[in-house]
Amino acid sequence: MFSFFLSSGLFLGWSLGANDASNVFGTAVGSKMIRFKTAAIYCSLFVILGAVISGAGASHTLGKLGAVNALAGAFLVAFSAALSVYLMTLARFPVSTSQAIVGAIIGWNLFSGSVTDINALTKIVSTWIICPLLSACFAICLYKTTTFVISRFTIRMFRLDLITRYSLLLAGIFGSYALGANNIANVMGVFVPVAPFNHITLLGITFSPAQQLFFLGGVAIAVGVFTYSKRVMMTVGTGIFPLTPVAATVVVWSHSAVLFVFSSQALEAWLQGHGLPTIPLVPVSSSQAIVGAVIGIGLLKGGRGIRWRTVAGITSSWVTTPVIAALACFIFLFFLQNVFQQKTYNPVEFNITQSAMNRLIESELPHTPFEPLMWETYPNGREFSKAIHSAADLTNEQARAILAIAELYEVEFSADLLWELRKGPFTKEQLEILNQLEGRTFQHKWEITSALAEQSDIFKYRPADKQWNSHLDDFFNQLMSQIHR
Amino acid sequence: MKILRTRTGIEKQVENFLDQVSLSGLIFRQGCEYYLSGKEEDFERKIQEIADCEHKGDDLRRSINEHLYAKTLIPESRGDVMELLENLDSLLDRFKGTLWRFRIEYPEICDEFHYDFKQLINAAIEANEAIVESCRAFFTDISKVSSYLHKVSYWESESDKISIRLQESIFSKKDLRLSHRMQQRDFARSLDKIADRAEDIADRLNIYVIKRNL
Repeated sequence: MFSFFLSSGLFLGWSLGANDASNVFGTAVGSKMIRFKTAAIYCSLFVILGAVISGAGASHTLGKLGAVNALAGAFLVAFSAALSVYLMTLARFPVSTSQAIVGAIIGWNLFSGSVTDINALTKIVSTWIICPLLSACFAICLYKTTTFVISRFTIRMFRLDLITRYSLLLAGIFGSYALGANNIANVMGVFVPVAPFNHITLLGITFSPAQQLFFLGGVAIAVGVFTYSKRVMMTVGTGIFPLTPVAATVVVWSHSAVLFVFSSQALEAWLQGHGLPTIPLVPVSSSQAIVGAVIGIGLLKGGRGIRWRTVAGITSSWVTTPVIAALACFIFLFFLQNVFQQKTYNPVEFNITQSAMNRLIESELPHTPFEPLMWETYPNGREFSKAIHSAADLTNEQARAILAIAELYEVEFSADLLWELRKGPFTKEQLEILNQLEGRTFQHKWEITSALAEQSDIFKYRPADKQWNSHLDDFFNQLMSQIHR
Repeated sequence: MKILRTRTGIEKQVENFLDQVSLSGLIFRQGCEYYLSGKEEDFERKIQEIADCEHKGDDLRRSINEHLYAKTLIPESRGDVMELLENLDSLLDRFKGTLWRFRIEYPEICDEFHYDFKQLINAAIEANEAIVESCRAFFTDISKVSSYLHKVSYWESESDKISIRLQESIFSKKDLRLSHRMQQRDFARSLDKIADRAEDIADRLNIYVIKRNL
């Protein structure tokens, strides 16, 4: 059943490969600098590597927007996104898979009554705008540097062309890696919480369920590259090439750098280590990064040749694509749930229990207005959110924290459960600490994490260590999904 | 950064080819001068030299074309470079063809026209030198191409003026047969066409420069 439900994600991956591979290798293949077969092999290989090695970063942000918790729901989210992309492409709109998947997740949130995290949404939407702008800035800086080097060192024509050719190949490889790392979240992100995989160790390397999913998504992208991208590459190649080979290379490098910046956890850790502001890891549109870079070079040349209609198209797609995807997702979910009797989401209930109230007090969050709401169970996040907002004026941060505290997750750490957890992806040390919770019952997720933190330092969050905390979040998510299973 | 400046094999071949085009012009000038001064043996030697030069040029061009197809250059630049070399080769052919025409027809050039003929030959050679230098700059330092291109235009217009003046003189000379007048006029036109051809190549080169312009 899982493979059937995964098919929509694979379809989305296929369409991504068919369309977006042209952004990285279109110039080289379209201008016959690199043979299609060579480009397809490099592209596929590095997309898969990027997805498996660095795909987790952008996937986290997407997960925060809405954790699709049922397989049929995940199937429809990916399917709605894929269908929106297909329809928008038919209508010749510049479409982005990233924007479609975000719309579809919001559609699922609306249908399931889950609360859409406004902070995560704002972060994602702002990157849509920043992405082409940043790409334009990169292109301008890189172009200036390149022209300076060429004129300063009077590089001969044959040498320059040779460098350009290799540079374009390298940019394509880097771009493929970045595309895999950044966009795999669009293809497989919604399946991560519901994937029934266990950790696999091959040649001493352990692959998490998410990495296995990302590998499958990467393969789907590769199939898209091999089967359908040639035609698109030919169109893109001839479309961008009038820029001159050097400028085209700069465009591909800028695009790749932008995608990398929005997906690299290593870069995020480095920035954080140096006390610099971090860049949100969000899936962005590869096509819009390309157009941004082309516009950047156009501006540098005095604004000639900028297609303002394309710019307007991109701006409008920031709104139209998610709206269409959200609507499509909502309608499909309604049919699947009511006509085909499939479970499209697992209801998540909320209750301000005594322990939740104590936690609110400890966390110095508003609590007095919520006393009348105590012990009342709310069927979903939206109802609960409405109730707490009518009881008190809350900021987004406060509301999010209260939702997390009141979310019900009733579990007893029985001997049977602990036995089952042994099959999970946990280390011996982690299992020993989990065993110490035997016989205890919990009502909320945070109770489990707090109990574990009391048992050992390895389960304690570290202030200002984003990477460690994100690693810990991964562990807790795995634990919760294993318990749930 | 030395690696950015070192020459590759194909660059050496292109330079050799440009040397042949320049050399063919110099041989042509000498050949014409020997013809006009009646030094037949020297003229024959130049005929042989220009044939060798043309042969070398053809070989080099073929080898460059093979090299270009095999691995170097971005396809669009490749097309431009091949077209440029083909055009330069046609200029080389024109030098050889015109010198051979002297050899075949043995035209009787009146003494009073010798000066203008020499001037015309000089303008053609100068135009040839300027286009060869422009091409050299195209391959080595594209920013300097324009500083040579204007010289091609200058020598082409000089060539036009001399050619018209010469043709007028030929037809205003009273005691010549029409066939003799027409033969001398054809030679003047033939020489003038060399500078015209150089200017055509310069126009094409200008477009290649714009295309590659950063």
